[in-house]
Amino acid sequence: MTDLVPFAVAVPILGSLVAFAAGVLRSKSGWAVAVAASVAQLAVAGTLAVAAFAAPGDRIEYVVGGFEVPYGIELVVDGLSATVLVLVAAVSLGVLAYARRAGPRSNPFYATYLLLVAGLSGMTVTGDLFNMYVFLEITGLAAYALVASGDRGRSAVAALKYLLVGTVGASLFLFGIGYAYITTGTLNMADLAEKLAANGGLAATGETALLTQAAFVLIVVGLFVKVAVFPLHTWQPDAYAGAPDTVSGLISALVSTVAAYALLRVVYTVFGTGFLDANPVAHGILVGGAVVSIVVGSLLAVSQSEVKRMLAYSSVSQFGLIVAAVAIGNGTALVGAAVHLIGHAVMKGGLFLSAGLVATETGARTVEEFDGLVKRSPVGAGAFGVLAVSMVGVPPTIGFAGKWYIALGAVEAGAWSLLAVIVASTLLTLAYFARLVERMFFREPAPQPAVQRASTTNATENPDPVADGGDARGASLGMHATVVAAAVLAVALGFVAFGYGELLQPTIDHLLS
Amino acid sequence: MIETLAAKDYYVATFLLLGIGTYVMIAAGNLVKKVIGMNIFQTGIFLFFIAAAYVEGGNPPLLTAEGPYVSPLPHVLILTAIVVGVALTAVALGMIVRIYAEYGTLEEDTLQEVRRSD
Repeated sequence: MTDLVPFAVAVPILGSLVAFAAGVLRSKSGWAVAVAASVAQLAVAGTLAVAAFAAPGDRIEYVVGGFEVPYGIELVVDGLSATVLVLVAAVSLGVLAYARRAGPRSNPFYATYLLLVAGLSGMTVTGDLFNMYVFLEITGLAAYALVASGDRGRSAVAALKYLLVGTVGASLFLFGIGYAYITTGTLNMADLAEKLAANGGLAATGETALLTQAAFVLIVVGLFVKVAVFPLHTWQPDAYAGAPDTVSGLISALVSTVAAYALLRVVYTVFGTGFLDANPVAHGILVGGAVVSIVVGSLLAVSQSEVKRMLAYSSVSQFGLIVAAVAIGNGTALVGAAVHLIGHAVMKGGLFLSAGLVATETGARTVEEFDGLVKRSPVGAGAFGVLAVSMVGVPPTIGFAGKWYIALGAVEAGAWSLLAVIVASTLLTLAYFARLVERMFFREPAPQPAVQRASTTNATENPDPVADGGDARGASLGMHATVVAAAVLAVALGFVAFGYGELLQPTIDHLLS
Repeated sequence: MIETLAAKDYYVATFLLLGIGTYVMIAAGNLVKKVIGMNIFQTGIFLFFIAAAYVEGGNPPLLTAEGPYVSPLPHVLILTAIVVGVALTAVALGMIVRIYAEYGTLEEDTLQEVRRSD
């Protein structure tokens, strides 16, 4: 079973190479290769998850190249990383069904797509801090290239901004690793945790403590950039709104999610609760980032007129919730973080794809154009409505389960001010989604919907439809199916979330011990 | 004060490079210069690792050499990081080429004007 772990990274990389090579023989063959690789990846991830949950609290370990543990690179799968691994594989497969018609269709696009999956899976399974940096950069590079794959100049500008800001974040992460390495002389996460605890890194004074604190702050701020916590989120709305619809769906669902997983992993596997208790400033950074992100992210979302930008700011606010769960740091809150990571990925990916479907069918891309949408794009509007309700946190959806766990964790920890912000976040989420739902279902459509589509497509978006790789034939069955599946999942997962929470509890207890 | 700084001159250089890199990234109006600033920023971090790995009178960790030995790991890490940096620069320049082809300018404020009038 342990030998299966490296395949979680190797399968998508191999698929990426095959997709690229197949393009030489036959163009537009990338999609089939990507589907095959994603199915294989899902099988690997599923098998690992079954094994990880069969022995709760246990870790599946694999040391690359046969070195001994603190020296070689270790790959680790426990309940939490298995969950994220399955999420990455499932979402990337789901988005492929949408990409079939929506494009882009070139082979290099699918090669980059699989490279992104490889980077994300690598970040999930690695047990080595520097290895995590490398996978973070692979993820970043693939994401920048994917954002730029839209043919409009807007995509390239957004991607360049994403690249500059993202690189600074990743570099700060590397800088923090440098401090941690100087303090301890090791890069293995489990070993690092032992040595940090042993050499007095937890005490509040002394030079070693200073190095440990510097490492913590740099790593956390670096990951904040990648998670897109306010005020380090500036790359994110442009990147999500500028990318092609397929890509916005994929990266909004996965890239920040895995970065948030990395934050959780580094804070609790490497530094641990003892460090947070001994350093109120370190704890304060997490709480501050969470609160500001939740409130300001929601307010910015309310003020947007473009739907995709609104969804992007909504992500800033939702990831504030997850950082809040990390800051609370008891078992319930961390289970909540895991549940909300899954939920947010399904809901936000689904919302972006629904927005893309709506834009393909009707050309509506702004909040005003969503008037009476249910008559013009019933499936898109219906799915968007269900996902929006789930995002607000109405039971029995997955959005409710995640927020419930996090709020319960805040109560257990006695963090009343955080609890107030978390509850307020639900209201704020309602503020920006309610106006869209109201427009979609209870207003009459604008008088000229038919003309709208042609003019939007030609004037603002795309003077040359062929280069986009998209299809003029409108939405396909696959696009509808993906969007509906996301909406159904958002509700169905809500029913299994509490069972899953109990299943995950031993892993989280092990993480906190 | 001066003596402490002089004894840690490599670290002082590291932080100067980080500062200069950040400043160039923010202040430069030209997109290529922003990428250069990003490279300077990364170089500061590379130097930090290499300076930290320096051992006075150290030898490479070979059986035939005398101690004290120098850990080769930071150098290897930075070798990897340099490769990542080159890849990032290549992708960034690729995007800049596309931006120039699309808008005909590399100046940030001109670019904003052109995009607003779109």
